[in-house]
Amino acid sequence: MKSKTLDRLRPFIGVVILIGIWQAIVALKIVDPVLLPSPGKTFSAVYTGLFEQGRLAFDFGKTVERACMGIALATVIGVPVGVILGASENVYRSVEFIIDFFRSTPASAVFPLFLLLFGVGEITKVYISAFGASLAIIFNVAYGVMNARKTRVLAAKIMGAPPLQRMLVVLLESLPQTFIGLRMGATLALVLMITSEMLLGAIDGLGLRIFEEQQLFNMPGMYAAIFCSGLLGYTLNLFFFITERRFVHWAGR
Amino acid sequence: MSADARTSILKPMSVAGNPDAPVDTRPSKFRRPHVTVRGLTKRFDDRTIYEKFDLDLPRGQFVSIFGPNGCGKSTLMNMIAGLIPVDEGQILFDGQTIDEIRFGYVFQNYRDALFPWISAWDNIAYPLRFMKVPKAERNRRVDALVKKFDVRINLKQYPYQMSGGQQQLVSILRALVVDPEILFLDEPFSALDYEMTLFMRDQMQRMFQETGTTTIIVSHDLDEAVYLADRILLLSRAPAKVVDFPIVDVPRPRNALTLADPEFNRVKGHCLEIFQQQVGK
Repeated sequence: MKSKTLDRLRPFIGVVILIGIWQAIVALKIVDPVLLPSPGKTFSAVYTGLFEQGRLAFDFGKTVERACMGIALATVIGVPVGVILGASENVYRSVEFIIDFFRSTPASAVFPLFLLLFGVGEITKVYISAFGASLAIIFNVAYGVMNARKTRVLAAKIMGAPPLQRMLVVLLESLPQTFIGLRMGATLALVLMITSEMLLGAIDGLGLRIFEEQQLFNMPGMYAAIFCSGLLGYTLNLFFFITERRFVHWAGR
Repeated sequence: MSADARTSILKPMSVAGNPDAPVDTRPSKFRRPHVTVRGLTKRFDDRTIYEKFDLDLPRGQFVSIFGPNGCGKSTLMNMIAGLIPVDEGQILFDGQTIDEIRFGYVFQNYRDALFPWISAWDNIAYPLRFMKVPKAERNRRVDALVKKFDVRINLKQYPYQMSGGQQQLVSILRALVVDPEILFLDEPFSALDYEMTLFMRDQMQRMFQETGTTTIIVSHDLDEAVYLADRILLLSRAPAKVVDFPIVDVPRPRNALTLADPEFNRVKGHCLEIFQQQVGK
C-alpha cells in the first residue's frame, strides 16, 4: 500500500526538486533577483494573469485559438495528401525529395515570404504554423499508408472485401503513424505560433506577451507567460496521447 | 454418368460429422477430384517454377504439400487459392474458378492477418459481412461455430490481448465461418511454440473431421505433414513435378500413439527418402 502511494507520487519528485533548487538559488542570491524571481512570485503572477487581471488569459486564449486553427488546417490538408501520396509508392518516391527538403528547412525561414504573401494579419501566423505542421503530418501519414501490412489487405481481399473496405483497412493500419504525425505537427505548430507572435508584429498571443514582459523587465510576468506556453504544449501532447490511446488502442501491440 | 447413377453410389454416412452430407466411400483414386490443375506454368524472372504442371486433388481429404525449400510449395497453394496469378494453365474447383467458390485461407503470420482494431469475435464474423449476411445471423453463425469446436477463449478480447495459439485459432475459425468448400493453410503453426503446435494440430484435425472440408496445408515439418494428412503431395526441385502422392492410411482421430504407428512411420520414412533424393539432386 505504501509503495503504491510512493509510485503515484514519483512523477512529482522531480518537480519538487526543481522548485526546491530554484528557491534555493533565489534565497542564496546566486543569480540577480531581478532576472530570476522566486517560484512564489512567478506562480502568483501566473494566477493573477490568468484569473484576476492583466492580459495573460486573453493572450493565452488567442494563442490557443490560432494554434488550434493551424493544427486543424494542417490536418485537413495533411491527412488526405498523405494518404494519396502513400497509396502509391512510386508517387511518393517522386515527391519525397520535395517533402524532405521543406521538412528540413527551418520553417521560420519562410516568415518573410509568408508576410509578403499574406500580409501581417493574424491569419498569416495560422498559415505559417499550418505549413510547418502539415509537412510533418503528410510525411507520417504517407509512411503509415505505405507500410500498411500487405498481409492484412490481402486477407481482407480474399475474404471478399470490396475496394472501399480494403481502403478502410489501409487507413486503420496507418492510424498509429498518423497520430505520431499529428503529435509532431501540433508541437511544431505551437512553436511556430509563439515565434511568429514574437517576430511578426502581433497584437496579442503568448509570444507577444513573453516579448513585451521582457521589454518591460517584468520578470515574473515573463516567466508566467513562458510557463503558460509550456502548459499549452504539454496539454496538446496529452490530448493527442489520450485520444490515441482511446481510438488507436492497438498501436504498438 | 447420370445424376441418378451417381447418387446411388453415394450413400449417406456420418464420417464428416454431418449426417446429411453424402459421402463418397470409394477409394480416393476413383472419386471425382475436387481440384483440377491443368497445364500450369509459372516463372519468376528467368526461373521456371512450374512447367505444364497437372494435378488432381481429392475431395474431402486433407492434403499436405511437402518438398525441398524453394520448390514452390507455397507458390502452388497460393496459385490454387488465387493469391498469385498463373502465367498459363487452368485451376478449377468442380469446374468453377476460385472467384466462384467459398474458400478459407489461414496465413502463417496470424499477427499480420487478424485485424487488431476489432475484437476476436468480430474478426471471425468479418468475412460474413461481404456475403450479405445480416448481423444477427452473423452472430448466430459465429456462436454456432464456437460451440461446435468448444472454443474456450474470451472472444471479446482484441487479438493482441491473446496468445499466439489463440490468435491462430481465431484465424482458423475466421476461415471456417464461411463454410468453405476448400481450406488453405500456409504453415499455420510454424510461428507457435511446440506445445501449442501439438495442441493446434489436434484442434485442426478435429475441425477437419467435423467438417470434412477439402484441406490443403503447406508444412515444413514432415511429422506434421504426415500426421495431419490423408495424402502427401511430394514435389521435386523446381521446375516442380509430383514425385509421389502417397496415401496415409492411418485411422483418425490420430494422437500421440500415432507417432509410433508402423504405417505412419512407413509413410514418413518413404517421404523422407524421396525428400532426401530431391535435396541431393
